[in-house]
Amino acid sequence: MPNSHPTTLLAEVTHRCPLHCPYCSNPLEMNRASEELTTEAWKRVFTEARELGVLQLGLSGGEPLVRPDVEELAAHARALGLYTTLVTSGVGLTERRAARLREAGLEHIQISIQDSDQAVADRIAGMSAVPQKLAAAAIVRSLGFAFSINVVLHRANIDRVSEIIEMAASLGADRIELANTQYYGWALENRQSLMPTRSQVEAAGAVADEAIARYRGRMQVLYVLPDYHEAYPKPCYGGWGRHYLVVMPDGRTLPCHGATHITTLRFDSVRDRPLRWIWEESPAFEAFRGDAWMREPCQTCPRKEVDFGGCRCQAFALTGEAANPDPVCTLTPLRRIIDTAVQEATGPPDYRYRVLTPTSERA
Amino acid sequence: MPLTAASVPALWRLARLDFDPVRQQRVLLYPEGVVLLNNTGGAILELCDGHRSVAEIAGILNDTYHCDVTADVIEYLSGLVERDLVRAE
Repeated sequence: MPNSHPTTLLAEVTHRCPLHCPYCSNPLEMNRASEELTTEAWKRVFTEARELGVLQLGLSGGEPLVRPDVEELAAHARALGLYTTLVTSGVGLTERRAARLREAGLEHIQISIQDSDQAVADRIAGMSAVPQKLAAAAIVRSLGFAFSINVVLHRANIDRVSEIIEMAASLGADRIELANTQYYGWALENRQSLMPTRSQVEAAGAVADEAIARYRGRMQVLYVLPDYHEAYPKPCYGGWGRHYLVVMPDGRTLPCHGATHITTLRFDSVRDRPLRWIWEESPAFEAFRGDAWMREPCQTCPRKEVDFGGCRCQAFALTGEAANPDPVCTLTPLRRIIDTAVQEATGPPDYRYRVLTPTSERA
Repeated sequence: MPLTAASVPALWRLARLDFDPVRQQRVLLYPEGVVLLNNTGGAILELCDGHRSVAEIAGILNDTYHCDVTADVIEYLSGLVERDLVRAE
């Protein structure tokens, strides 16, 4: 049984998306439109989530705006008292839809930006989306939403982190999240092309630190460290099955959006089970709660209360065993896997783009 | 600038104070974040309307707690100012 209420639900309402970013956090095998939960099913999920204690809702995807019912879902979430974020590429966020979302009580919109350099942004997105994103940003700003910009950092854009921050400020963002690429799914496929060098990472960190101080009070600057370049792993959303749930388009429910890659676990669906049962009793959520599952050096390590052994999805993806220590940790011999990956990441930017039917399509 | 009795605190524009019937406690909600508030914290934040000064907020709470809570209010709000969740003029 969990010892806490969940606080956050990420609702991946669809996997459909006009963009093809090669670092997408969606799984390689994505759900089709015909597999997606209906409007009524999503509303039920949100109601059950609120009853479980969820306070934060992310309406995400894919591109959530490809669904015509996002306004209805946002209104339902607001009526439940949830603080809702629309996580969007900006593509499809017309003035009309944005006004309806405002009316529905949506509070926060996060728009992704690929780069301040339009040619590189287009190459990453696999399409030209910049004009639509800029227009969407202006609409979000004018309607008074809480407004965040999200940027995934990688080798091809990390040297422009200063220009990217300036761009967010000029668009009137309240917040900018600079998130170094996390290597799961599509990003793991493209790791050789995406991973920055150590000197790039250090330079970007210094720029971000300076910007955090300089923009304080005007725009919140958040910098998510690249874990491959850290000594200790990240704490997995405060621990597996402690605060966070993800519902996929088809209703399967995960403790983390990267968890589908753990093929040794079976994830129950809200189509078959109440969300409360999934949270409190399902084997997948129970699997890595507490510390009985931990191996050495985690089991006897004081840091197990800090990072909970790191990321289970990363442990599985890189070592084949989800119960292993996260190989990012320098206290485990598994660390050599990370060090080798960092050394080998020198390939050309030859991306395998995100597509709904995975093929070996290349630029 | 450190918070004083004359400061006028207000919640961050992006934050919303609410009551959670599941946990039976007040909560502060903001983009990607939640603060679960104890009774005292909730009572202080409910009075942060961007008009009342810290001294006025403390004055209202002094009656409830039957002592001078000004220093406690300053300490509590300073922590939230540090986290950018409260702005003080």
